[in-house]
Amino acid sequence: MFFLETPPDTSQYMVAGYAIAFGVMLIYIVSIFIRSRNLNRDMSMLEEMDKDK
Amino acid sequence: MQKKPTTLLALDIISIILLGVSTYLALIFAPTEAVMGQVQRVFYFHVATAWVGMLGFIAAGISGIAYLRSGDLKWDRVEMAAVEISLVFFFIAIVLGAIWARPVWNTWWTWDPRLTTAAITELIYIAYFMLRQGIEDPDRRARFGAVYTLIGAVSVPITFMAIRLFRTIHPVVIGTESAEAQGGFNMTSDMKVAFFFALFAFTVIFVDLFWNRIRMGTLADKVEQLKLKVMQ
Repeated sequence: MFFLETPPDTSQYMVAGYAIAFGVMLIYIVSIFIRSRNLNRDMSMLEEMDKDK
Repeated sequence: MQKKPTTLLALDIISIILLGVSTYLALIFAPTEAVMGQVQRVFYFHVATAWVGMLGFIAAGISGIAYLRSGDLKWDRVEMAAVEISLVFFFIAIVLGAIWARPVWNTWWTWDPRLTTAAITELIYIAYFMLRQGIEDPDRRARFGAVYTLIGAVSVPITFMAIRLFRTIHPVVIGTESAEAQGGFNMTSDMKVAFFFALFAFTVIFVDLFWNRIRMGTLADKVEQLKLKVMQ
């Protein structure tokens, strides 16, 4: 490796790394969004039920 | 539906922009490292995500202390938010490290002091969530969580110092490294720009996610209280 004049082609590892990093971050952000949306729905429904009581 | 504060909305947008700029600096602006090639670019996000992981674990420990002192359940929500975000980012850091290691060390994983302590740290905090679920009483659960994260936070400096105290294959970017280290390199000024910007960008992203996650925890508690009220 040290005697190569041009760097070795390791671009597929770089692509895999960034794809995983962005993939995991996206999944986490979507999970926060979905959980918050569901909680907001529950909150509205419970508020309605509380009013009716 | 709860309206998002304007500051948080602005922080969301700033975080996305910073992530984009950081990606540009890491993938295009920074020069290609001469020995390792393109895979070295993984380094910028690898260190930045590990930094966010450690930041959150420390924040969880501090929240644990705050809960034990005040007994206020809001600190339990803060603690849980910090651990959750850190688990995600520390996981990314470990995976990126394995991907970087494959062409450089010729293996995905080795039981080196840094890799071992990082894996233990991740497992400690996965266990935190599993153990929490076994406790029903909110006060007991919060007290347990506070003590657990306080003890768990000890793993953070151990993981950070592992490459500085022990003989290890893992390179040290800032400071002197052991003779066995492989994959180390001298950062050029452009690499330093990409590196420090990634640290800054991910710190802002952490703050943004932390705020969003704490809000979600507060909302979950309100829903629980309202459920109990309606059911009575």
